[in-house]
Amino acid sequence: MTTLILRRLILAIPTLFIVVSLTFLLMRWAPGNPFSNERKIPPEILAELEKQYDLNGTVTSQYLRYMGKLVHGDLSISTQYRNRTVNDILAQALPVSVLLGGLAYLLALMIGIPLGAYAAVRQDQKADRLAMLAALLGLSVPSFVLAPLLVMLFGVKLHWLPVAGWGSPDQIILPVFCLAIPFAAAIARLTRGSLLDVLNLDFIRTARAKGLPEEEVLYRHALKIAILPLISYSGPALAGILTGSLVIETLFDIPGIGRFFINSVLNRDPMMSAGVILVFSAFLLFMNLVSDVLISLLDRRVKIE
Amino acid sequence: MKTFQIVLRTLVQKPWLMLCAGIVISVVLLALIGPHLTGYNYAAISDTSLQSPSFAHWFGTDLNGRDLLTRTLYGARMSLLVAALGTFVSLTVGVSYGMISGYMGGRVDSIMMRLVEILYSLPSLILVIILVATLEKPVTAALQHLWLGSIPPRLVLLVVFLGLTEWLTMARIIRGQTLVLKEQAFIQASAALGQAHGRLLFRHLLPNLSGIILVYLTLTIPAIMIDEAFLSFLGLGVQPPQASWGTLIADGAGAINPIQLYWWLLLFPGGMMTMTLLALNFLGDGLRDTLDPRGKK
Repeated sequence: MTTLILRRLILAIPTLFIVVSLTFLLMRWAPGNPFSNERKIPPEILAELEKQYDLNGTVTSQYLRYMGKLVHGDLSISTQYRNRTVNDILAQALPVSVLLGGLAYLLALMIGIPLGAYAAVRQDQKADRLAMLAALLGLSVPSFVLAPLLVMLFGVKLHWLPVAGWGSPDQIILPVFCLAIPFAAAIARLTRGSLLDVLNLDFIRTARAKGLPEEEVLYRHALKIAILPLISYSGPALAGILTGSLVIETLFDIPGIGRFFINSVLNRDPMMSAGVILVFSAFLLFMNLVSDVLISLLDRRVKIE
Repeated sequence: MKTFQIVLRTLVQKPWLMLCAGIVISVVLLALIGPHLTGYNYAAISDTSLQSPSFAHWFGTDLNGRDLLTRTLYGARMSLLVAALGTFVSLTVGVSYGMISGYMGGRVDSIMMRLVEILYSLPSLILVIILVATLEKPVTAALQHLWLGSIPPRLVLLVVFLGLTEWLTMARIIRGQTLVLKEQAFIQASAALGQAHGRLLFRHLLPNLSGIILVYLTLTIPAIMIDEAFLSFLGLGVQPPQASWGTLIADGAGAINPIQLYWWLLLFPGGMMTMTLLALNFLGDGLRDTLDPRGKK
């Protein structure tokens, strides 16, 4: 176990290094610069700006200076949000995105697990077919279609919920729901399949044979095992939620990392882009490690070398 | 039994799947010939902007007075093209990677699979955003250099990088199947007879993987379609006046305002895309039940 954790952590460092380097270098090598998007600015001013943001000299020297600051935890100053450090922006935007993504993941579990279990217990009955049709529909409606449709319906037409923004509880409902739906659908399908497998195992037959009521068999024995694959799914799910949040944050005008990231890429802000990529990748690598450790602790059948 | 025959029998036995196959084929046909039948040009601007659906314009018109039906069908063409070519890229990489990894086994296999593991835990679409945004000019230059200047650079970027994000699952599945197949008598026998590795892989292994390849092919197409629309939605997909479902949906979402509802701008492209995705996912699921040797879920 310790070797697994150590090896993953050691492997994570070169991975993060490659990802951040690639982002920074691509952003600097690509034509166009972060200071003159639309209007031309005089070369003297441009040179002064580049010096101020430590982006003067050759790309290689800029990169080395950036990496030098990075190892000390300094993500440099954003070129797009002048006078603000990337650390500062991340500190402000990260909690928003974590709340949005965390709530969406929680909601996906709260919809997905019961729906999947409900379908599995009624395998091949009408209710099962209907639940699985709903799940497939949930997987097939992209969030960028669902979200604006719901905004039109509940925001513009019915005036039940605000169209955009972030802060009050009623502003949280629509974005969280839209972000959660595809993952709720995937979790429902996963839970159903896994529960069907578990219900065929010997220990369930034993539990039934000794006369346990069906609810107890289901909730106390079967479901506990059946949700284990969800731990393995949490890595891909979180990656998906992260990606999905880019669209949701843009659409609902939520001041999270996703929106900052999109703006930074479009405006060629190398510091912001590389900083966000670093945080995203580190988060996902870490969550994948956590889920692998969890699954090997909880599931005796899984052996990690 | 041949994979093709199994597919046909499955479709005949399950009318639902037949319906989905019908929907997919109709959308493809509409995308190919539809834009020529509507009587409008997808890029032609007119004075009749933001008209709601009528007999003249079945899907209404957009902000620039362009016929939305023509644009939706033209967008289908773009979305399907990116999805098909991207799936081809992902298929080629995934199948060869998985086959080599499974066939070689041992150390090579464990290194190759560790790489897949790492790539799995990276936010691949977010890296694609960086690549598409920064590599546009170099790709444009390269295309012009190769006398291929008429090909939109964004199209090339989307096809290559989206193809390269979606091959991981395919590689894993193919590797698993290869591991099982290579222990079977017919492969062992041809190896014992001294068949070359290449011949063994392509003549004996590959045909036995065709069923599972078909299943994941059907499931990769909708995945890339969603990815493409996602990038187009964020402004990193095909560029105007060209359109894909993603850009049309983005236009529809952008037109939301508190005064007037332009619902058709969103509902028609979004609905058509959702219907196509649903049909493809349904088809992939149904084929997996019959063709995936790992059994029915």
